[in-house]
Amino acid sequence: MSNQRKRPNGEREEDDEEDDAEGIGQWERAYVDDRSWEALQEDESGLLRPIDTSAIYHAQYRRRLRMLSAAAAGTRIQKGLIRYLYIVIDFSRAAAETDFRPSRMAIMAKHVEAFIREFFDQNPLSQIGLVSIKNGIAHTLTDLGGSPESHIQALMGKLEAAGDSSLQNALELVHEHLNQIPSYGHREVLILYSALSTSDPGDIMETIQKCKKSRLRCSVIGLSAEMFICKHLCQETGGLYSVAVDEVHLKDLLLEHAPPPPAIAEFAISNLIKMGFPQRAAEGSMAICSCHKEVKIGAGYTCPRCKARVCELPTECTICGLTLVSSPHLARSYHHLFPIAPFDEVPTLSSSNDPRRKLGKSCFGCQQSLLGAGNKPGPCVTCRKCKHYFCLDCDIYIHESLHNCPGCESTHRPKSVSLLEE
Amino acid sequence: MATVASKLYSDDVSLLVLLLDTNPLFWSNTSTTFSQFLSHVLAFLNAVLGLNQLNQVVVIATGYCSCDYIYDSSLTLSGNSESGRTGMPALFASFLEKLEDFIVKDEELIKEQEHDERIASSLLSGSLSMALCYIQRVFRSGHLHPQPRILCLQGSPDGPEQYVAVMNSIFSAQRLMVPIDSCYIGTQNSAFLQQASYITGGVHHAPKQLDGLFQFLTTIFATDLHTRSFVQLPKPVGVDFRASCFCHKKTIDMGYVCSVCLSIFCEHHKKCSTCGSVFGQSKLDGASTVSEKKRKAPDS
Repeated sequence: MSNQRKRPNGEREEDDEEDDAEGIGQWERAYVDDRSWEALQEDESGLLRPIDTSAIYHAQYRRRLRMLSAAAAGTRIQKGLIRYLYIVIDFSRAAAETDFRPSRMAIMAKHVEAFIREFFDQNPLSQIGLVSIKNGIAHTLTDLGGSPESHIQALMGKLEAAGDSSLQNALELVHEHLNQIPSYGHREVLILYSALSTSDPGDIMETIQKCKKSRLRCSVIGLSAEMFICKHLCQETGGLYSVAVDEVHLKDLLLEHAPPPPAIAEFAISNLIKMGFPQRAAEGSMAICSCHKEVKIGAGYTCPRCKARVCELPTECTICGLTLVSSPHLARSYHHLFPIAPFDEVPTLSSSNDPRRKLGKSCFGCQQSLLGAGNKPGPCVTCRKCKHYFCLDCDIYIHESLHNCPGCESTHRPKSVSLLEE
Repeated sequence: MATVASKLYSDDVSLLVLLLDTNPLFWSNTSTTFSQFLSHVLAFLNAVLGLNQLNQVVVIATGYCSCDYIYDSSLTLSGNSESGRTGMPALFASFLEKLEDFIVKDEELIKEQEHDERIASSLLSGSLSMALCYIQRVFRSGHLHPQPRILCLQGSPDGPEQYVAVMNSIFSAQRLMVPIDSCYIGTQNSAFLQQASYITGGVHHAPKQLDGLFQFLTTIFATDLHTRSFVQLPKPVGVDFRASCFCHKKTIDMGYVCSVCLSIFCEHHKKCSTCGSVFGQSKLDGASTVSEKKRKAPDS
């Protein structure tokens, strides 16, 4: 992931220079906050054993799942799938602070890169743009586009911090850009704010009202402390405000914005978008590709309307403007619309529970034994619909990555069920 | 997430998860019998196990009404002491017994339900999901593990009702970096398997003659992931990524997509039949606004 930053002996370049200056070695910094004695517990006979984190991890996961399903209970939840997101990064002098190692700026850039890749993975039809705030002025780093590489290159090219930060200028710029997008798209802004002040040319409250009227959903992730103006902005526009306490927390907060947020029905007008599904060009065919303006042989796609050649999907045809996607791109978002129900925990009853004994010997998904220590039934979960048993790790995998219940999929269903119902 | 294989476990150790199609509605209509097919498959499994001492094979049967694990080579360490069947190596006695039990149970389940004779698809999404759960368990077991891959031996046609589930499994396999190879032995083309192999980086092949199935299996599908860079494998040709419209199920080149639920339609509608949202501004075509934006920045 950040392999290109590592030297052959495994140390990060920037860290090395800073550490030599401060007299603390790289290896020592890793242990500054390490309190490994806290990870040990005593068991009944006084012997030491490490904390069993899997049960804690699973409990956290289930809490999170319950919160999500409580929010979505009852109503058929609609999500904003076609998103136009602007990421605003604050490059004022506060971004050069070193409370995040090596500096806030470097950490922000690293995590924004990971976020961009994750975002396009989960929302293939959406577009991102980048804006930076430097010296009190907001600059557009990249326009709205769907290719992750161009954004990441533009971001990594300019990592310098200077001057004041101005929230109003950033909001004005983003507002201007997002007014031009089609009405079916959801407009979002994600602001990574490290400064503790904002120097604005006018009344920021007016700008906030303007954003609210244009249905711009602004979220802020703060890196230093909670600020009233950020909280007010997020409350008015319906976004999320959070402040990161350390690097890992920052990454988690950023990645929370990758899946589509619940859509508020009036925010975007639902519309039928004309899209093309191009065929892959035959091997060995030659054509001038419309994105690079040079002759290419073989792999590429042909726009069904104007027959121009494009290199990758999803994209917009440069000649006729038709949105070109392939069916897997649309299919990537279907699991947001048809989520599977969370599994129920099975209480560990006494051994007289016969049906549990018969069925619950091993996890249906991975065949791992569900018996805990001493042949007693260990913790497991069960699906409401197919009544199969699953181990805790399969539960997490199924709900976070797979989005299919193996038990329900392995049961034949009558053919009258439509394509989209699970 | 996937981990890089440690140097202690050499690069060419593989875990092969085989998804075997046992759909009786398909096997009753082919020229090759199921037992002939099984003899090819058993020889192939022996070949894979013989390539490396640490190779592992897991077989999951894809039935018409159910799916189940049939064989796991890591559980049967020493050969069975007696084989009930004459002529079959003892190594696979339990495999055959379990397979027979599974097929008998599957047929009982078929009799309990009424089924439509037209499309006789097997439960590919179920066995793919189970295979991925098993592979995820292998990843959890630490750094020392073989490199997993999935091989689908499928003959039944695609069931359109499984589209979303199969695509979910494909994307999950892509994230775990597990290639899905597919060997299609049926008559029609399987778009699901072609897409699966293309997206995950596996190999897709549809052999024409089933008499030589063993040859195709060993030359194409027995190679482990590391060796694939040195071997010429069939390249993906003509993968059809066109979508099918939800109203008529025909494949279309250009269509209309609902911005709320992403359902695909071939012609303009006033209301989306899936999510019920009413479309405003029906004359506003996405293309015209987008092309205006494009004209503003001709050099980008």
